[in-house]
Amino acid sequence: MSINVDKRAAAAGTPGFLRQQRSRFGEKVIFAILLTAALVSVATTLGIVVSLFVPAAEFFNEVPIGQFLTGTEWSPTFANPEFGVLPLVVGTLLTTLIASIVALPLGLGSAIYLSEYAGDRLRRVLKPMLEVLAGIPTVIYGFFALTLVTPFLRWLIPGGGDVPTIFNTLSAGLVMGVMIIPTVASLSEDAMAAVPNGLRQGAFALGSNKRQVSTRVVVPAALSGISAAFILGISRAIGETMIVAMAGGAIPNMSWNPLEFHQTMTAFIAQTAGGDISTGTTIYKTIFAVGALLFVFTFLMNMVSIRLVRKYREVYE
Amino acid sequence: MTTLAPPPAPEAPPELNLLGKTGEPIRERLFRWMLMACLGVGLVTLVVLLTYVVLKGWPRLDSRLFTEMPSSISPDTAGAQSAIMGTLWIMFFTALWSLPVGILSAIYLEEYGNSARWWNRLIEINLLNLAAVPSIVFGILGLAFISRGLGFGPTVLTGSLTLALLVLPVVVIASREAIRAVPQSIRAGSLALGATKWQTIWRQVLPAAIPGISTGAILALSRAIGEAAPLLMLGVSFVRFNPDGLLSDFTTLPVQIYGWTSEARSEYQVLAAAASVVLLIILLAMNSVAIYIRNKTQKRW
Repeated sequence: MSINVDKRAAAAGTPGFLRQQRSRFGEKVIFAILLTAALVSVATTLGIVVSLFVPAAEFFNEVPIGQFLTGTEWSPTFANPEFGVLPLVVGTLLTTLIASIVALPLGLGSAIYLSEYAGDRLRRVLKPMLEVLAGIPTVIYGFFALTLVTPFLRWLIPGGGDVPTIFNTLSAGLVMGVMIIPTVASLSEDAMAAVPNGLRQGAFALGSNKRQVSTRVVVPAALSGISAAFILGISRAIGETMIVAMAGGAIPNMSWNPLEFHQTMTAFIAQTAGGDISTGTTIYKTIFAVGALLFVFTFLMNMVSIRLVRKYREVYE
Repeated sequence: MTTLAPPPAPEAPPELNLLGKTGEPIRERLFRWMLMACLGVGLVTLVVLLTYVVLKGWPRLDSRLFTEMPSSISPDTAGAQSAIMGTLWIMFFTALWSLPVGILSAIYLEEYGNSARWWNRLIEINLLNLAAVPSIVFGILGLAFISRGLGFGPTVLTGSLTLALLVLPVVVIASREAIRAVPQSIRAGSLALGATKWQTIWRQVLPAAIPGISTGAILALSRAIGEAAPLLMLGVSFVRFNPDGLLSDFTTLPVQIYGWTSEARSEYQVLAAAASVVLLIILLAMNSVAIYIRNKTQKRW
């Protein structure tokens, strides 16, 4: 009898035959409150979109969007302002590239070790330690990059005119890469943990060793989850602000030399908004135009990443 | 019979060798070392960073940090009292706004929202996306809508509302996991005894999920108090007084660390390091509480 109840309850979500025909008034009020709370997050997204794109549209009335996207000079505060966003994009891409070169291989390697090699007890010690890295405030990473990593790089890379400047993209990118390792590692490890053990055992039965199982079975089987982790890591690098604002410099630069200073999109937003600029001016609107571009970049990457995670969940769960 | 003696000894070793451990081939070993090195880079950097910050801040890790106010004139008499107090105020109000909304959203999504409906799927995808939106974008939202739009300025209210929106997805995702971990049989039992759906949630599901929810809440709040970028967007700058209400200006430790790092004089770098140590200790304390709760109340169903 009780088994019957359970089955019907599981099928309907609630045991409908036990419930009153009309739900109580209080229950309806509660439902409305819960739904309202859930809609706050949707309202937040709408708020972000409106607050970014309305001033951005006004900005593009004053500055043609083509000029914004293809211009190579960014000097919005000068007497003769130029609004070409490419130098900021170069800064962002260069930092992101350096951070990815650090974070993606190291994150994946850490994930393979934690998932395939480390025993249960070792994993329980190492994983939280790695995750502490993700919990350290980015302003402390910025301080670390500027006051320890940069002097170290300047000592390490001497030479003619190519000494790293006090603010340089290499230092900011390297430190940002370390910060992102746990993001990449933890998502990749989740994906690898979702690979059924049968696949591993099959490969072992055919005579594979652990390295072959890891690289030829587990990693390919978890590929969509690993790609999601990579994309999310890159998206975090694009959106990271404090490290680049503190260690990367405040001057836009079109050069691809990582030893020089660069201003990224995020650093521009933070450094400009921190000053006393009045609402409605063109310089105030540039914050939103650059912010909109940043949001579009990260939004697209997040969506791809979310889709990829769903894909591996569907395959194995 | 004696002719059927056990097989000659020389044959046994190769057979055993085939099935037994042959020792790790060199490529295997190199691969394993490489993986350990990957993990090692992160852990070594962590140790270097923590050691560096503590050593650098050591000369100024004294009571002045707690009794004096920030100053950009004389580093000797500068402290971080208003930043520490501001951090605590911000933490309290961010929790006040984000926890109820986040937990209620989680209850809706887990207990009421049927994920076959498009609007519930929209809410879920939206949350996942919001969790990955750069914090500075939340700063832009706070600047445009709350600070300038509603005219609250860079006050405790604006800062805590902005940070609450920032950590809301973290609270919801953690609370959902905690609620999902409560077994279905608990709900079925409660409903079978005649409880309404809300009575079941309020008296059975939530109490069982509280340890998981509080762990998630603490982690969300530790993210909030470490954020500097959105607050800088709002125009939060160094103030020499403690907040005295929701509409009071404020500063926090990360903002203060950023400010001191930007100062040219090296004494301020020491102060920045000392303030970083204080911030790290606060975060460490919060995380220890989270781990303690998790270990203490881990329930096997």
